Amino acid sequence: MTIKWTLNGARRTDEVEPDETLLHCLRKVGCLSVKCGCETSGCGLCTVWLDGKPVLSCSVPAPRADGREVTTLEGLQAEAAELGAFLADEGAEQCGFCAPGFMMNVLAMARELKTPTEEEIQHYLAGNLCRCSGYQGQLRAIRKYLAKKGGEQA
Amino acid sequence: MYTARNYIKAESLAQAYELNQRRANAIVGGGCWMRMGERMYDTLIDLSALELDQIQDRGEQAALGAMVTLRQLETNFMLDKCFAGLFRKCTEHIVGVQFRNCATLGGSVWSRFGFSDIVTALLALDCQVELAGAGRMSLEDFVKMPRDRDVLAWVYIKKDGRPVAYETARNSETDLPVLTCALSRHEGTYRAVVGARPGGPRVVEDRGWDRLVEKVLALEYGDNMRGSARYRRHLAGVLLKRCKAELEVTGG
Repeated sequence: MTIKWTLNGARRTDEVEPDETLLHCLRKVGCLSVKCGCETSGCGLCTVWLDGKPVLSCSVPAPRADGREVTTLEGLQAEAAELGAFLADEGAEQCGFCAPGFMMNVLAMARELKTPTEEEIQHYLAGNLCRCSGYQGQLRAIRKYLAKKGGEQA
Repeated sequence: MYTARNYIKAESLAQAYELNQRRANAIVGGGCWMRMGERMYDTLIDLSALELDQIQDRGEQAALGAMVTLRQLETNFMLDKCFAGLFRKCTEHIVGVQFRNCATLGGSVWSRFGFSDIVTALLALDCQVELAGAGRMSLEDFVKMPRDRDVLAWVYIKKDGRPVAYETARNSETDLPVLTCALSRHEGTYRAVVGARPGGPRVVEDRGWDRLVEKVLALEYGDNMRGSARYRRHLAGVLLKRCKAELEVTGG
């Protein structure tokens, strides 16, 4: 079946299978930042934005993207580079496999919550698992990233 | 993972109902749990074009469409104000924000999972469901029914101002609950709901607190990998007490 959608700002038309997930559709069209992790809706590795909201692309049927706007890390290169620098500075990455999904959710949080508390940050990111247990480094990086963003907006 | 030969975005509730009468077809909600199965479907029926993703304030009641996401329930200002933060409390431990942006109210209510935080919370309120075929009925009656080929469209909650509290015990944050507990008080009667026993939620009512506690502890609890029946019974007493303490703060 045919879907007409917007991917990273570009309108396009693609053929998808009725039982295809958005995750596999995205990887098929070259968005390889979207990782396939648990495939049971539990790890957050496949996080993308659907109409601006973070979703698990392993759970969204690809046909449901018809008429919608999908954003992956490929479409947020400037923001990714900026946040990635903070992650690098804090030693917050080890294998890096969880990073794209994690970054998509941090960037969504930064847009949704203006000045999140520590508890709100942990709550928002509870669905992003890191097998290397880099959570403390990630939290340090996020605090510094948000502080910089807050300073820019002030 | 499921397989499917066709995917149809229903253009009306009547069409969705008609399509769903075939056993080989199924409604797809958020897709979160469905994809864990291995079923082969002929046609998946998508309700996302039917404007059922709305939370409406209809005066004396709140109307929630079946395609409302758990994240919408969690962050809706009207629900938070009218039901003392109940929906925030009963959704915030469910996996993560991304999951809650996918999972739907309809998927949670229709599936009637024993571990459902949502159904436990809703049962503490005066709540009805609207089905495309069978029409309106109380949620309490609905959860006792076996799953059939009907289509859940709306959930209605009476805004009667009753104080309500929600507590859950989990072995780890974002895991499925070991036990869920909701408590409300309306016109002098306590209404306790205990879910994840691990079976479906049970409702207990009484005007007297001590009798209510006795009834809750006398419910049937079972064992599974998350906890034993004995531990669940102990937790039921603990969570119920915590709920009562919350009610006292909010005037219940």
